[in-house]
Amino acid sequence: MSKNKDFWGGVMLILIGAGAVIIARDYHFGSVLRMGPGFFPTILGVILIMFGLAIMIKGLIKGEKIRGLVSWRALILLSLSLILFGILIERAGLIPALAALIFCSAYASKEFKLLEVLLLVGVLILISVSLFVWGLGLPFTLIKSFMG
Amino acid sequence: MDLFSNLLLGFSVAVSLQNLLYCFIGVLVGTLIGVLPGIGPLATIAMLLPITYNIPPIAAIIMLAGIYYGAMYGGSTTSILVNLPGETASVITCIDGYQMARQGRAGPALAIAAIGSFFAGCVCTLFIALFGPPLAEFALDFGSPEYFSLMLMGLVAAAVLAHGDMVKSLAMVVLGLLLGIVGSDVETGVKRFCFGFYELADGIGVVIIAVGLFAVAEIVSNLSESEKREIYTSKVKNLFPTKEDLRQSFGAILRGTALGAFFGILPGTTPSIAAFSSYMLEKKVAKDPTRFGQGAIEGVAGPESANNADAQCKFIPMLTLGIPASGVMALMLGALMIHGITPGPQVMVQKPDLFWGLVASMWTGNLMLLVLNLPLVGLWVSLLKVPYRLLFPAIMVFCSIGIYSVNISTFEIYLLVIFGFLGVLFRILDFSPVPLMLGFVLGPLVEENLRRALQISDGDPSIFITRPISLSFLIITILLLLIMIFPAVRQRYKKIAD
Repeated sequence: MSKNKDFWGGVMLILIGAGAVIIARDYHFGSVLRMGPGFFPTILGVILIMFGLAIMIKGLIKGEKIRGLVSWRALILLSLSLILFGILIERAGLIPALAALIFCSAYASKEFKLLEVLLLVGVLILISVSLFVWGLGLPFTLIKSFMG
Repeated sequence: MDLFSNLLLGFSVAVSLQNLLYCFIGVLVGTLIGVLPGIGPLATIAMLLPITYNIPPIAAIIMLAGIYYGAMYGGSTTSILVNLPGETASVITCIDGYQMARQGRAGPALAIAAIGSFFAGCVCTLFIALFGPPLAEFALDFGSPEYFSLMLMGLVAAAVLAHGDMVKSLAMVVLGLLLGIVGSDVETGVKRFCFGFYELADGIGVVIIAVGLFAVAEIVSNLSESEKREIYTSKVKNLFPTKEDLRQSFGAILRGTALGAFFGILPGTTPSIAAFSSYMLEKKVAKDPTRFGQGAIEGVAGPESANNADAQCKFIPMLTLGIPASGVMALMLGALMIHGITPGPQVMVQKPDLFWGLVASMWTGNLMLLVLNLPLVGLWVSLLKVPYRLLFPAIMVFCSIGIYSVNISTFEIYLLVIFGFLGVLFRILDFSPVPLMLGFVLGPLVEENLRRALQISDGDPSIFITRPISLSFLIITILLLLIMIFPAVRQRYKKIAD
């Protein structure tokens, strides 16, 4: 059960559909003639729930298992690297944000080599700064001084 | 003579220095990512879309289109030389292309792939130029009911013809529609599904969804498999195909182009389906089918023409009707909308320079590709030596800078994290993200036209079946669903599609 692919796929759709219907209750539903903002999302939510049920039942009948493994390490490290980028780019500037992003995401690979990655950080920062800031003129601060 | 003057207008746009430059950048990047496995055109276009915000819309579209068909070209190079398809559309080229390379005939294989692609590209560009305007003219009279039914047909067709489970694809379309209406309601201004974030008032950016579901999720899945990339590079000695090669490929290129063009206008089909069908056809019409798998040149010529034709003809429904037939086209539509152009048949009337400029740029682009690909083949192959562990952090850099630069807002970076997670979840549970993209892009339009249609008819839903054009779209939609429900048809089709 815990690895039943379509069962969980159906559950996912049902949850999203139900969520949409519940949230859309706060919006005016209107009538067929004058559809309110709640009309379309409610209908989509209901359709989603029906599809979800169909897929869930198919899963229970066929019982196909989830194939392939996901590298949780990769997923978590890549997400973390994006979050670090988001935190650092406003507080510390583009260069520290990129350094954190590249280092942290490179660590997601099983073949991480420290020296190589440090070199990569340098090269990619140089390319990004010259392309985006000097070339395209995007308004990024390279490094923010902590003195204000 | 109308066509002539239109094409003249197009070429005057396409050969401007700026547009030639962007076209060149596009096909260069396209070839690059076509050669590199593990990064596809959709993710690349999504990544580079934000950078095009500051350049004129024509240049932007020309460049993005160049990436797309450039990738189809580049994909064949690695298939032939190292038996490693750079793009899924070139998987089938590996079979005979790599065999040819092992027999020391890599040069002719590459040349035929390039010539076939070039031929298909040119023919399909002509196709777009010939059939685009009448199709758009026909669609100009469409009212809201026709549009609603047309979009419904497009979405259902895309879901039904895509590979994978039909019910799941349909569900993804609905989920996409739902994501598409996040933000302020056009008519009442009510903020829907914003969860209190003002950043969502304008809706979720198409770039965030595409990058999250395709680029980030793709990196995670690539990292989940162990990296083993063995490269046996064959020497490219003689580029020129023999007379015999040309004679054998001629029919294959013609048939491949025709098949590709046919599949190209169908929503949901991918270039790989066109390439595969072409391979099967060549095997069937060949006098000696046993040559296939042993280095038959038709096995390279046909599929490579077909995938390029398909990629190029996908532009027809997008440009003339505003209906995306693939994930990449959904992004193109998104790009047009970001540049303030409402897609649909009126584009050709209001912005003829955009339409004809793009069409003409496909010719210049295909010519550039021919020059880029053949003499520089060695350079492209040496790129394969760059290990993935150095490549994907660079992709991450482009993704995050691109997305952050749209609104200079970190909120969007965090949203990307969520869509990356979703993308991985969809992959695990076997849901294709492409139908979601199509639904997402069309979401607001579907709702708007449904609303308007029902206002016209005083709330009577029969308006969709009393108007003949709308009715025919709905009948086709139902037929598509019915046909695909029959197990025999479905299994036959799925065999080709997968």
